[in-house]
Amino acid sequence: MAETTEINSGRQRSWYKRNEIAVTPWLFLAPAILFFAVYVIIPIFQSINISFYDWDGLGEATWVGLDNYVELADDRAFEISFWNNFKWLIFYLLAIPAGLFIALFLNQTVTGIRIYKSLFFFPFVLSQVVVGLVFSWFYLPNEGLLSNFLAWFGVDGVNILGDPTLATYGIIAAGLWPQTAYCMILYLTGLNAVDPEQVEAARLDGAKGWKMLWYVIIPQLKPATFIAFVVTIIGALRSFDLISIMTNGGPFGQTRVLSFYMFEKALSEFGFRMGYGAAIAVVLFLIMLVFIAYFLWSMWKEEKGH
Amino acid sequence: MRSMLKASIAALGLAAVTAGSASADGHALSGDLKIFLDTSNPAPRATMEAMIARFGEANPGVNIETTVIDREAYKTQIRNFLTADAPDVATWYAANRMRPFVDAGLFEDVSDLWEDADIKENLASTKGAMTIDGKQWGVPYTYYQWGIYYRKDLYEELGINEPANWDEMKSNCEKVVASGRACYTIGTKFLWTAGGWFDYLNMRTHGFDFHMDLANGNVAWTDDRVKQTFANWRELIDMGGFVENHQNYSWQESLPFIVNGEAAAILKGNFAVAPLREAGLDDSKLDFHQFPPITEGIALAEDAPTDTFHIPSGASNKDNARAFLKFVASANEQSEINNGKNLGQLPVNASSSIDDDKFLNEGFEMLSSNSPGGVAQFFDRDFPAEMASEAMQGLQEFMVFPDNLDDILVRLEKVRERVYK
Repeated sequence: MAETTEINSGRQRSWYKRNEIAVTPWLFLAPAILFFAVYVIIPIFQSINISFYDWDGLGEATWVGLDNYVELADDRAFEISFWNNFKWLIFYLLAIPAGLFIALFLNQTVTGIRIYKSLFFFPFVLSQVVVGLVFSWFYLPNEGLLSNFLAWFGVDGVNILGDPTLATYGIIAAGLWPQTAYCMILYLTGLNAVDPEQVEAARLDGAKGWKMLWYVIIPQLKPATFIAFVVTIIGALRSFDLISIMTNGGPFGQTRVLSFYMFEKALSEFGFRMGYGAAIAVVLFLIMLVFIAYFLWSMWKEEKGH
Repeated sequence: MRSMLKASIAALGLAAVTAGSASADGHALSGDLKIFLDTSNPAPRATMEAMIARFGEANPGVNIETTVIDREAYKTQIRNFLTADAPDVATWYAANRMRPFVDAGLFEDVSDLWEDADIKENLASTKGAMTIDGKQWGVPYTYYQWGIYYRKDLYEELGINEPANWDEMKSNCEKVVASGRACYTIGTKFLWTAGGWFDYLNMRTHGFDFHMDLANGNVAWTDDRVKQTFANWRELIDMGGFVENHQNYSWQESLPFIVNGEAAAILKGNFAVAPLREAGLDDSKLDFHQFPPITEGIALAEDAPTDTFHIPSGASNKDNARAFLKFVASANEQSEINNGKNLGQLPVNASSSIDDDKFLNEGFEMLSSNSPGGVAQFFDRDFPAEMASEAMQGLQEFMVFPDNLDDILVRLEKVRERVYK
């Protein structure tokens, strides 16, 4: 205390004052760095460590080296989950063009457009659990809306969630509903920032329709597209709740993705294989790492460009 | 929290009333008792809370804390609280289902309680299910029978009777299918229901001992005898015996089929009776029969899952916990908690009385006199966790695509070789 008063008056400046510019950002970052390290960075290394053990989460862990990974290579359920993850990554991206077109459609001044906009945004506000329930009723084999609708066209007995080849696509379609709304909002805000002068100039040069969209509008929406891409990829890799609600990974494990399979092996009712679950988590982490690296790289490039 | 408070208040209140009437056996208990329950459904919850209040009444010196956890969440949480913050008493299930905790040293050895004359004689029937490595690890408080619950009125309408053997079961089913219904409703979304069918088909085809050999990993899944069991199952599947799209439904969602008369029967535990009665099936419409014999000369064996109380090894009030376990095992308490107004199940204690309920009587009769082969716990309690979860997936797949059987069995055999090493 005595010192602080001296600082203000005295010529001898304190260590902090001398290094204020360098130290202050770190002080502000410290809580975030601490929590990020404790809850994200350290657990990553712990998981990698656990994946080399055979451990039921209760007793002694025994070192098994790469055994868990060797087993993964030969595990058909893992293979199915892995490819399902890819299906999710690819088909979930449909939310981006779908969101763009709804945004273009809604980007006009008509009476009550705010109501339409909020109605389209509505599914994103719903909890994923509710979306999952609604869609599983929609898909019900006999009572469901979809099977009644298809019955008009003479297609009978469609059981999307009970069919191992269709179930994953059924769940992705359910996931697209809120995700499209999310992308739509991103594009709606993006469209507000489109420069009307450029549109005007393009129009004078005779651009319209697809050409206008492709060469004038979409390039200006690049920031929105980037964010939509990021959130959709992350959403696809986190697809857990819908699967858990709609099929519980079934029928016979055909709709599991890596995160769900990891949960089943390590943490669910019958899951007592922490090591194996951790090995699955590591694989999932490596897949995510590809995207994370790409995102960081493109953001870094962006920043360097300016 | 609320239940904790309620139970504590009840205990305190009763303590005040009965103050002075010191504990009967002379050495009054004191200190705390922390109880974790998985009985989260309304009726079982009230039953347990009432029972704990009675224990508090008899032991006014004990300060009881009760925590009720959702039944499904409990199954995953138990691992955490047994290791981190152990209560003094916790509910769980018998047989292999408790093995992971026994092996990890998380359950207290309570063999001393089983030396007690009361428990030793009266609970003898479940001693096997509570024993691992020659020691007992808890006490049972309730169990219930499995069997076929069927629509009596539909059977009468079709002119069929309770089947006495496998051929009759199949010919009955043919008639039911011919009338445009399914013989059996089932919902396999959560897999375990298919385990019940496998239990019965396997125990009836090859007997209890073979079933247990399979559960303990001594028989290969690719064994011809296992294939025989699946061949029997397939006969029912191929004739359209099960409701379609069962992979979409939970067991609760499969009940409307039997209630609406679209299916004639269900293989299920006695817990199905309450919702079926509530849905309007009174005793003139709903009846019960034992799963009929398949291979002649094989002793009948039943599934009768037992729910249990255990003392975690990390408990801090083990004396109080032991007193509570003794209390739970007593004949009077077991009669009370299992009666029709409470759990509506069977007491394990042989000196308990069984409530006068049609299905409880039939179940008790069946288990005590017509189950010479033995009593199994249930697929997911007899088989080790990992084997059970893989196998039940295979069973579901088999029920939808019977042609995949060979592939399924090869996969399960691979799991067996790893699990039981």
